[in-house]
Amino acid sequence: MDLSQALQMVSRSDAGMVRSHNEDAVFINAPMGLAILADGMGGYNAGEVASGMATTLLGTELEKAFQKTAPHQQEASGKLHSHVVLEAEIARANTAIYQAAQSQPQYAGMGTTLVTAVFYDNMMTVAHIGDSRLYRLRGGEFQAITRDHSLLQEQIDSGMITAEEARHSQNKNLVTRALGVDPVVEPEIRDYDTMPGDVYLLCSDGLNDMVEDEEIALTLQALSANLELAATQLVQTANDSGGRDNVSVVLVRISREYPAARSWWARLLQWFR
Amino acid sequence: MAAKLILSMDGLVLKEIPLTKERTTIGRKPHNDIQIDNLAISGEHSVIVTILNDSFLEDLNSTNGTYVNGQPIKKHFLQNSDVIELGKYKLKYLNETPSQTTAADFEKTMVLRPDLMKKTAEQTAAKAVSPTDTQVGMKAIDTHTNVAPPPQAAAPAAAPAAAQVSGAIQILTGANAGKELELTKNLTTLGKPGVQVAVITRRPHGYFITHVEGANFPVVNGATLDAHPRELKDHDVIELAGVKMEFFVKG
Repeated sequence: MDLSQALQMVSRSDAGMVRSHNEDAVFINAPMGLAILADGMGGYNAGEVASGMATTLLGTELEKAFQKTAPHQQEASGKLHSHVVLEAEIARANTAIYQAAQSQPQYAGMGTTLVTAVFYDNMMTVAHIGDSRLYRLRGGEFQAITRDHSLLQEQIDSGMITAEEARHSQNKNLVTRALGVDPVVEPEIRDYDTMPGDVYLLCSDGLNDMVEDEEIALTLQALSANLELAATQLVQTANDSGGRDNVSVVLVRISREYPAARSWWARLLQWFR
Repeated sequence: MAAKLILSMDGLVLKEIPLTKERTTIGRKPHNDIQIDNLAISGEHSVIVTILNDSFLEDLNSTNGTYVNGQPIKKHFLQNSDVIELGKYKLKYLNETPSQTTAADFEKTMVLRPDLMKKTAEQTAAKAVSPTDTQVGMKAIDTHTNVAPPPQAAAPAAAPAAAQVSGAIQILTGANAGKELELTKNLTTLGKPGVQVAVITRRPHGYFITHVEGANFPVVNGATLDAHPRELKDHDVIELAGVKMEFFVKG
């Protein structure tokens, strides 16, 4: 099913003003409703390798899997196909990165954050690991959908520090989960309904560390009619504020509904559920 | 580079104390990490809890109180160059990790893993400048609860240099002729949504106008824009959705 009429997607990835390498990687496929963003870590160019492996492996494997079976189908286990595929492919990407890190000394210790959104059937499934985020702008309301897997988020949750103080913390860069650093990884996978008019933002911490949420919201509200410009503007704002880290964004706008095509008996079954 | 305290009295530096422990206690009694033998100091006066690069100061119900930068505190999230006062004694908190030169390396994302606590803490501190070592951290933050600092207004982060011109738009034609619009936000949209919209962005080095939506592009000084931003100069005349306006620099 081609979603390019219902979804508009753009992406930008920039090294920023300070770093020489861009260790972020993005992958988008609007017709299939796939958006993937990864922020790599590790010495030399290992971060790039990890994030590049994550987006490339996941991108191609998710494309293949969802071409074969639509993500909204339910498996015998009762789970949505999207969840089964995401779990399996994230585990595979994790193994691939982990093994590369184990076998090549120059890649030792590399890993990457990950945020992935799969759009289908008027909803999206979001999988994330680490501190790359997904935000939603719905009406005038802008909010983070994902919660970072980071030391700082744990400190906020336990009441040690407030969200405001967290902005001044020096422990911003410590994630508690990452892809490729351990033999197994536990992604957080959740479903959300989408509505026409929604704008979704996937971003690396190079954006949300440099630019306040209100500023991001204002930019998306003002420029949602022109996603390309909005994406460029977000990267530019991060760079104008110092651009201390790589900055990557993926923007997705829902322009109309996109219910999954179902056979008549499947629709009938759904009716009686 | 670990954070440290500089203990002084009457401007005389007495001691330099690195904050290497998770809990650093301050008080009159000898078992404290920082002992200050003075009657104005309580036996157990206050404690500093350090988690990686952040330190929190907490007053332990001392008789004479703990002050930071002149204000009495119960709990406080220490910021570089805060001055802690206990009686006549001053402790200056220095945490130089975020200095501009090392910040870039230090901000590299790292993974925390529930092993190797001590070793990696030292590594993180010692090799903060080297981005190439294996970046694995630790996780043992569940031991100290209730270290919440007060909901006071923390010093705002260094805002981008505000030393820039402020611009404004004056409407020249149409129903709103004569009206002035100050460009105080980083983004100001102009025009009619769905018909023609342009945005003026305020950047550190000036103001720029860019086309957002609509079949017609804005015209500046008689020349039609393309998809790229155009820098605005004092007294540039903009035509947008049939309305003329002038950009000018204030003060």
